[in-house]
Amino acid sequence: MNLQVLQEVTAFIWQEGDMLDHGEYDAWLALWAEKGTYIIPIDPNEEDFDNTLNYAYDDAHMRQKRVQRLIGGESISTSPRPRTVRTLSRFRVLADDGSRVTVRCAQNLREFRKDVLKHYSADIVYDLVRSEGGFSIERKLVRLINSDDALAGIGYIL
Amino acid sequence: MNNLIEAVNLECDPADLVQADRVHTSLYTDPKLFDAEMEKIFYSTWVWVAHVSEIPDAGSYKSTFIGKQPVIVVRDRKKAVHVLLNRCRHRGATVCEHKKGKTNSFVCPYHGWGYALDGSLRGIPHPDSYGDCLDKSELPLVSLRVEEYAGMLFATFKDDIEPLVDFLGPAKKWMDLFMKQGAGYGIKVPGEHRFRFPGNWKIQLENTTDAYHFPLVHKSFLHSVDQQTMDMLDFVGGSGYVEDLGNGHSVMVMIPDLVDLEANLDAPIPTRFEELAQELRDEGIEDMQVRRIVRAVGGSGFNLNLFPNVACSMAFFRVLQPISVNETEIHHSVITMDGGPAAANRYRLRLHEHFQGPMGFGTPDDSEAWERVQKGASAGEDLWIMLNRGLPGEKPSEDGLVSDVSAETGMRAAYQQWKKMMSV
Repeated sequence: MNLQVLQEVTAFIWQEGDMLDHGEYDAWLALWAEKGTYIIPIDPNEEDFDNTLNYAYDDAHMRQKRVQRLIGGESISTSPRPRTVRTLSRFRVLADDGSRVTVRCAQNLREFRKDVLKHYSADIVYDLVRSEGGFSIERKLVRLINSDDALAGIGYIL
Repeated sequence: MNNLIEAVNLECDPADLVQADRVHTSLYTDPKLFDAEMEKIFYSTWVWVAHVSEIPDAGSYKSTFIGKQPVIVVRDRKKAVHVLLNRCRHRGATVCEHKKGKTNSFVCPYHGWGYALDGSLRGIPHPDSYGDCLDKSELPLVSLRVEEYAGMLFATFKDDIEPLVDFLGPAKKWMDLFMKQGAGYGIKVPGEHRFRFPGNWKIQLENTTDAYHFPLVHKSFLHSVDQQTMDMLDFVGGSGYVEDLGNGHSVMVMIPDLVDLEANLDAPIPTRFEELAQELRDEGIEDMQVRRIVRAVGGSGFNLNLFPNVACSMAFFRVLQPISVNETEIHHSVITMDGGPAAANRYRLRLHEHFQGPMGFGTPDDSEAWERVQKGASAGEDLWIMLNRGLPGEKPSEDGLVSDVSAETGMRAAYQQWKKMMSV
């Protein structure tokens, strides 16, 4: 096991989580590769995300729009903004070819908004490409463990 | 003896709770009214259960609910559709726990009673103990009456109500128009967004023909689309209309130009579809068919509300499932062109994700507004919900009553049907 790679990707992913919990969206948008995709599928066994229905399938344009919606103050479901704390753990490097690292980890996220506390658990698979001074996100795949259940509105970025 | 206790004992006459221009707040909040609605509405009329494409083959099934009762919608070996109560006739366990799939039979996991796709009881393990006191032909899964129009399957517990086509009446022509978004390929339902909100089911029912909320609640969505789409969705104050179609059904036409997706195929292709049109041409699809596809790809210019539980809503089916007086589950079923070009279907999938679902740019704001209605309705229990918008301009039409696009005509239609059914 290459502990140095594990430590590098863990530090990167923790930083990403911290940015999202603290609303640092410009910094978060800058973490992405140009053609990067942010995907939240419905069917736990689905692999063809292009041709099936997802909760989110964002390219750079849609990520920008999603951030704008969260901070723009025009959406009643995101004002007041939900507070989130996410814990990321159980990191495992699935593949590393020197330029691209695939990492799987566990995310437990607590959301509080108005008078309700909610909990979402997910497996996240990151495809990270090595870039100057670190990584860029090529794909972030969030598989909620209850993705095929009826959910409530999620007014933030998982 | 079973009849000594009435299942529903209402303290007031439901007819007094619905006036021509308003309904009483208790329609959102009274659990006894909710119980009565299950009996008198959901178990007494045609309720939508599936689109035919969800059960394409022999043995295909989906499980769903009619009111609070779990049912299985299944196609048998001869391709006939059955709607069966999801309850073993032995000791009551559900015989199917999957949302969809394909099977040869339904076997109860508790004692192994096996049922054929048409619901008939086929096998009982260790039958000797029953001697001659059990006749398998008397214990099939309970089968409901099922009828179809335009690919939409409806079921009912009642054998004596009117045929489905009579119940739908003038809504049928709108269903036919809606299906034109298949662009000649036919309609397919390949998936859905499911979410719940803490509010009464009728709050969502109302919303389907509520143009009034759109520019306000969906401001953040409108600011996330291109200018052309934004102009198209600026329909409040436009030339659209809402029409009461009878039996609680209604249609809201937001974009009159997109009522008939097969008309005006010679018109220039809007800029926002040009890239898709080129992709389709590059695939070798001939010009007229390309025009037909791109005109259909964004859906129809109207919402058709079918009382009580389904809507043909622009580009998707909206299904509502009451959970309790203050909780409702909504399904937004995505529609694609069955066997149509993958590029066009991807366009439809991405459009659906953009607005619908728990992470869409539209649905969560609707859901928040409905939740606020339920919360606010707990105040002032003697107050009324006002539904008089568009009343002065309302006129008789060929199919019922018509008023301006943001009139509350559709809601009044639904509540008149509610009143009629609840007063029986």
